[in-house]
Formats: sequence, structure tokens, C-alpha cells
Amino acid sequence: MPKAKVTFEDVGVTVTVPAGTRLIEVSEKVGAGITYGCREGECCTCLTKVVSGHEHLASPSVLEDQVLKDNFAPRHHRLACQAQVLGGEVVVKPA
Amino acid sequence: MNMVKATAAEGAIELVPDVHWVGALDPGLRSFDIILKTANGTTYNSYVVRGSAGVAVIDTVKESFSDTFFRRLESVADYGEITTIVLNHLEPDHSGALPELLRRAPQAKLYISSRGGPMLKGLLHGEQLAYQPTRTGMEVDLGDRKLRFLQTPFLHWPDTQCTWLEDAGVLFSGDAFGCHFCDPRLFNDNVGDFRFSFDYYYAHLMRPFRSRVLDALELIEPLPLKVIAPAHGPILRDAPDRYVARYRELSASRLKNEAAEEKTLIIFYLSAYGSTRAMAESLAAGAEDATGVRVSLYDIEGGEVSPFVDLIEEADGLAFGSPTINGDAVKPVWDLLSSLAAVDIKGKLGAAFGSYGWSGEAVPMVEDRLRGLKLRVPVKGVRARLVPTPEELAQCRELGRELALHLTGRQESTEIDMAALA
Repeated sequence: MPKAKVTFEDVGVTVTVPAGTRLIEVSEKVGAGITYGCREGECCTCLTKVVSGHEHLASPSVLEDQVLKDNFAPRHHRLACQAQVLGGEVVVKPA
Repeated sequence: MNMVKATAAEGAIELVPDVHWVGALDPGLRSFDIILKTANGTTYNSYVVRGSAGVAVIDTVKESFSDTFFRRLESVADYGEITTIVLNHLEPDHSGALPELLRRAPQAKLYISSRGGPMLKGLLHGEQLAYQPTRTGMEVDLGDRKLRFLQTPFLHWPDTQCTWLEDAGVLFSGDAFGCHFCDPRLFNDNVGDFRFSFDYYYAHLMRPFRSRVLDALELIEPLPLKVIAPAHGPILRDAPDRYVARYRELSASRLKNEAAEEKTLIIFYLSAYGSTRAMAESLAAGAEDATGVRVSLYDIEGGEVSPFVDLIEEADGLAFGSPTINGDAVKPVWDLLSSLAAVDIKGKLGAAFGSYGWSGEAVPMVEDRLRGLKLRVPVKGVRARLVPTPEELAQCRELGRELALHLTGRQESTEIDMAALA
């Protein structure tokens, strides 16, 4: 299975994950500072800055895109409960 | 002042020329949103602003008070004149009369903050209401006067905003600067003593978002305020700046930070036979050894929840030690961990530890609660069976050291495989 690497910059942890993994599946387990509310892509609590490698994340769904717009999310910010890592190396930190 | 007579008055009340209060009094209410006591009820404040080219209604009332609201509204405006409806906040006590108002004034354009969209949908299932999302600085033209929006999210919902009527110096502030205090004399220079209600309201609704309050004050403080017209309680026309200053005071740190540049770690624990206490002391020693962190140790049994909540609000890191009794963490720990809704603890560092007899559920349960409270829990907690061994106390010491390193940004970089996290 293709792998990817996600680095949670605030806690200095890099995790090798299978392609398709959502950030939410990993971030709490490593104690990263990304926090969650609804966990379903609606509340925007888990807004996350993609420091690098944003091109390695699956494009946002219509729902995620709308929530990002509603909350004036800056460029290269994603919802950790939605964003899937497809490959390569991605570095994230809490927004 | 004859309060009974004033209550009976059903007409609109003028704030400044061509701006009227058309809200409702609810003197019988004794609790609000479950969490707030309301010893003399509340008001649902709604306002009408008349311009040369249109009439705006700002906020409505709780649905059960619609008749009063419409009666007062009709005393100062015809439905056909209403061009603009603004909801500064969509909670049902302000949006309750909205569907009927839109039915009566279908030509009116609805303005809500962009974050209000999903809430409008959630409140009015099945009704597709068109609305214009607002942004800070956006204006609505009423002819000879303009309304301007200020986005003030999380005062106290994501959707909250304020609306500024510049020519009259009136800030329609939504729930901000409001309070649950019902007095038909309506204006702050006429009503009874509502100082407690103002602070109490802030403590329960605004304090959890005090950093957002400070952001909002940056927008509000420069305004030449003549009147603050909140969505609940007295209209603040006498020295409105005083209430803005009070919000600034209330949003400051309650405790002076003696640790200066150092990070702070507070260790709370309970201990029946001294085991969890010994673990707490080892954890404290480990954190102190790492330097750069000021550690405080508290036995929950010897304290009260309220001052602990103040401490927690100011701390950078928190560790909770609980023995496991009958498969659970002990009640005082849960009492403390269920009292934190009034403070902002998102993103603080958290950890758990404790001794146990045979199953040891308390530590993972507390860790889960800490994550649920939006703390980050990067270091796995330590459990010790009955009396902790020297090795287990060393683990606590290491836990303290690691917490200190995380607090000071000196944690070591690590690389792991996801399979190892299971």
C-alpha cells in the first residue's frame, strides 16, 4: 500500500501513514495541538495550517470547501477531520 | 416610577430619533439556556431603525413573545416599509419571530454573518430563507443613514456580530454587553442595580471566549459610542464606554502571573493511601528538573472547584492524578473536569496518572476527557498498581520531564509508523 509521511510540527512527530489516511486518525494519537469539535466537517474547530505538501492532500469536498469559505479560512488551511493524505510528505500545525 | 404601568405600555420606545426599541419583557423567566439563573427575568431586545429610503429591523424576539413584538413594531413601521432585517445572533430567543416577520415583510433582505448560514438552516428546517452574508465593514444603505457590520465571532456563538449606526452613535451589539435583567424602565440610567447581572452574564457566556472578546474590543473601542443597544437587558445610553471598559477588565487575566516567562504546569491529584500523591510528587520533580517550567501541586480534596477553575484558565499545562475506584476516576476529579466550560482551555497541554487496584481505567478515561475538552495529550499517562515501585515513580518523573519539554517547545522530534500508534 502506498505510504505518506505527515509531520505534526507543533509536537515534532512524523508519522508514516497509509495513503488515504485522514489527519484526524493520527493527530490525537500523537498529541498534536489540533483539536476537534463535531468531527464531521461542519464546525471548523479542527482548522489546520498545511505548512507544506498541500498538494499531497485530497481536494476538499464541497462541504469542506463551503465550511472553509464560511469561516474565512486562509489559503492552505484544511479541516483535519476531512483532509486525506494521498502520498509524499505533508507538514501541518494547528491554525 | 410606576413599574406596573411601564410594563403595561405596549408601544415602541425611542432610543434616539428614528431608532426604537420594539422588544419584549420576560419577567417570569428564572433560568436561561439551562446554565444561567435569571432572578428577575430577561428582555428580548429588538430595534427599528428608520432611514429616508428604508426601515431596518435589528433582531427579533423569542417566538412566544411574537405578538408583543409585532404590536410594538407596527406602532412605528408598516411591514411594506421594511427593507432590511439584521440578525446579530441566531439563537432562538432572537430569531424566534423571524419566519413570521419575513412572511409579513417578504421584500425585506436578511443580513446575517457568514457563520450564521448553517445555523439558520439548523433552526428553520425545511424553510429556505435567502440571506446576505455580512463581513466587517460591509454597509447597508437606508438612504440618509447606513448600518455597518462588525464581525465579532464567539461573543458568544460563532455567528455573532454587531451592527453600527454611525450617524446616531448606536451600536447594536447582540448578546455582547447584554445581561439577563428585566426592568421596564429599560435604560441603564433608569433601571435598578444590574451590575451583578452584567458581570454574571459575562462570566457565563463571554469568559470562555475572552480572547475573542479582546479581538472584538479592538473593533468596538475606537467607535464614538453614544448608545450600546444589546439584545438582552438594559440599553446602555449613560456612559456606554464604561461597559466597554468593563469588558476589557473582565477579559484580563484574573491572576497575576508570577512565573513571568516560565511556563506553568499544575498537577491536581487525589490520593486515598498516598500512592497517587507519590506519583504526583515524582511528576512534579521531573518537570522541575527540566527547568523553564513553574510547577504547582494541588490536592483536590483540600480545595474548591471555583478557584481551581481560575488556576486552570491561566495554566499552560495540566496533569490530573486519580486513583481508580470501582472502575472509574473519582468524583472530585470529574467535578473539576466538568466545571471547565466557562474558561478557555483549548490547546493546553494535558496528562493523566494514577494508582489502581486491579483494572486502572481512570487514567485513560481522564485522558479521553482531556482530549474531549480540546486539550492536547501528547504523552501517555502513567499507571501504577497499588503502591508505585521505584521504576513507576521514575516513569512519573519522566512524564513530568516530557511535559516540561513540550511546554517549552524542546520536545525531541520523533518518527514513527502509524501501526505503532494503535
